[in-house]
Amino acid sequence: MSNADLILPLLVAVPILMATAPIALGLRFDRTGWSVTALTTTGLLAATAYLASAVYSEGMVTHELGGWPREFGIQLVADEFSTLIALLVIATATAVLAYMRVGGPRGNTFYAGYLLLTGGLLGLSLTGDVFNMFVFLEIVGLATYALIASGDGPESAVSALKYLILGTVGASLYLIGVGFIFMATGTLNMQVLSEIMPEVLAQGGQNLVLMQAAFAFIFVGFALKVAQWPLHTWQPDAYQHAPDGVTPVIAALVSTAYAYALGRLMYTVFGPEFLTSTPYLTEIVVTVGCLSVLAGSTLAVIQTDVKRMFAYSSVAQFGLVVAAFGLVTETALIGAIIHLIGHAVMKAGLFAAAGVIAVSYGARTVNEYAGLADNRPFVAGGTALLLIALIGIPPSAGFIGKWYIAVGSVQAEMWPVAVVILLSTMLTLAYSARLLEKMYFTPATPVESPHPSAPVATDGGHEGEDGDDAHGSEHSDESAGDVGASAFTDAGRIGRGNPEAVSLGMLTLVIVAAIVAVLLGFAGGELYDLLDPFATEVFNE
Amino acid sequence: MIELLASRYAYALMFVLMGVGMYMMIANQNLVKKLIGVNLFQTAIFLFFVAVAYVEGGSAPIVPTEGAPGAMASPLPHVIVLTAIVVGIALTAVGLALIVRIHSEYGTLREDTLREVRADE
Repeated sequence: MSNADLILPLLVAVPILMATAPIALGLRFDRTGWSVTALTTTGLLAATAYLASAVYSEGMVTHELGGWPREFGIQLVADEFSTLIALLVIATATAVLAYMRVGGPRGNTFYAGYLLLTGGLLGLSLTGDVFNMFVFLEIVGLATYALIASGDGPESAVSALKYLILGTVGASLYLIGVGFIFMATGTLNMQVLSEIMPEVLAQGGQNLVLMQAAFAFIFVGFALKVAQWPLHTWQPDAYQHAPDGVTPVIAALVSTAYAYALGRLMYTVFGPEFLTSTPYLTEIVVTVGCLSVLAGSTLAVIQTDVKRMFAYSSVAQFGLVVAAFGLVTETALIGAIIHLIGHAVMKAGLFAAAGVIAVSYGARTVNEYAGLADNRPFVAGGTALLLIALIGIPPSAGFIGKWYIAVGSVQAEMWPVAVVILLSTMLTLAYSARLLEKMYFTPATPVESPHPSAPVATDGGHEGEDGDDAHGSEHSDESAGDVGASAFTDAGRIGRGNPEAVSLGMLTLVIVAAIVAVLLGFAGGELYDLLDPFATEVFNE
Repeated sequence: MIELLASRYAYALMFVLMGVGMYMMIANQNLVKKLIGVNLFQTAIFLFFVAVAYVEGGSAPIVPTEGAPGAMASPLPHVIVLTAIVVGIALTAVGLALIVRIHSEYGTLREDTLREVRADE
């Protein structure tokens, strides 16, 4: 135990303080952002790993900020659940930097936003205070809007504004819920609230009604933030128009952290007894989740843009998580947490792969992926593995999450959920198979991509980048000139896109994500054991 | 019902304001006015928190060094509102910056025109 609790405030404060460093250093030096960010996140990763070893060996670690007791002050809590999410956040944030080194976006202000996002996400996962959670929700939100808007195209600003307006409404609805909780109980600390809840339930009357209203507001607010159908409309635009380097982080972490927050509120603050005793509550939560699964998967099947397709697939996967939260069984809760983590790894890999393919092969739509396996075997292999994991073929991260959720739904005797999981697997197969078929079995067409591989960088300056534009147009001239035979070079490869723009780091990220997604498939039992103390405590209070 | 409204008018007013903000946000075609709608929506929530903290006959929550403080308004919601206001300002700033960029890219602030311009591209 010793001093592990001192790490907690540092995990939140260090990235937020360091966010000013790239800007301050930028006054004197160019391009310090990446190095500062890499140093900070690596340090934080080590600190989080140390914290995790303390939490998983000795149980919960808490820290009261400024020494104020938890009734008045803000408490930071690292238990089995929050530590796992914090670990996921910081590991992904560090890993995606390997993509950003060359893949961009660049600029010191961008990295300031990136560190702010990391700090916000860590705070969101570690906070033990419902109002403090609102503040972190907004910090994460603000950083996300800024990162999405750092894209080159004009569309990115429009989608960021759309996200800003809807995201703010979601957070505000959550704030109303916090107001009702405060009215009913007079406290904001999650642990104190979880101790008070049985009393409120036993008393009934006015305070219980307030808590029910609070839950309604909080659930709708989070349904907006997590992107549940039909409140998901901001999400495909945001994911599609964000810069290729940013989408993996946002898709993997932001909605995951929001879903974590929802799970934390449902199980620690409101508690399973409240969830099951309130009429229609679990039914509504499960229905929202299931509808998202079906609508999200169906919409994903009909998309032509690959990033948009993955975005709709996220709507579906988070639908599964929300439905699992609504089942209120131990197995389903653990399944939801495992699925959150598995989904984050798979989506980080898939969006990074989409970015790599867009740069190196000039392909952004499903049809343009034709012949990818022949021309870019490594990234195609990584994408294929990740897609197979997403479908849920064992052993993979996608399988264990779905498996535990399905077992949970059987335990809860909610048969429709088990059916929805099966259907979602079929639909996931439908859109993944489309992509796999294009990559492996459709010969490449010599038609030049309508999306030339524009450099993603904003501030220029990287070696080889100045030549990018010339490079791209050279290629298009070549293949436009003699579309017939010579567009295929000797080995039947097509000269399009810009393979040199892909660094080893970008490719490694895709491959590592694919390997982790498969390895997680073997780690189902270990993850279950890690999370079991948390679930047992929640259900046997 | 009327008695309830007379004694709890602050809450009723808050929901009316929230509705006005939400309506502005949805129905107004001008992006800046949409953002003002979001602000109104948030401000209504701040007022709600202030109303929650009100104590009949209570004074401002400043504790004297000696003597009993007597009835006081609850200070915690005030702190919350202060923090939330800061968050709200940051949001407005980011939102306005995005609107400035949209205006310089598309030359319009109206959502319907924006939709037409984007459809043409």
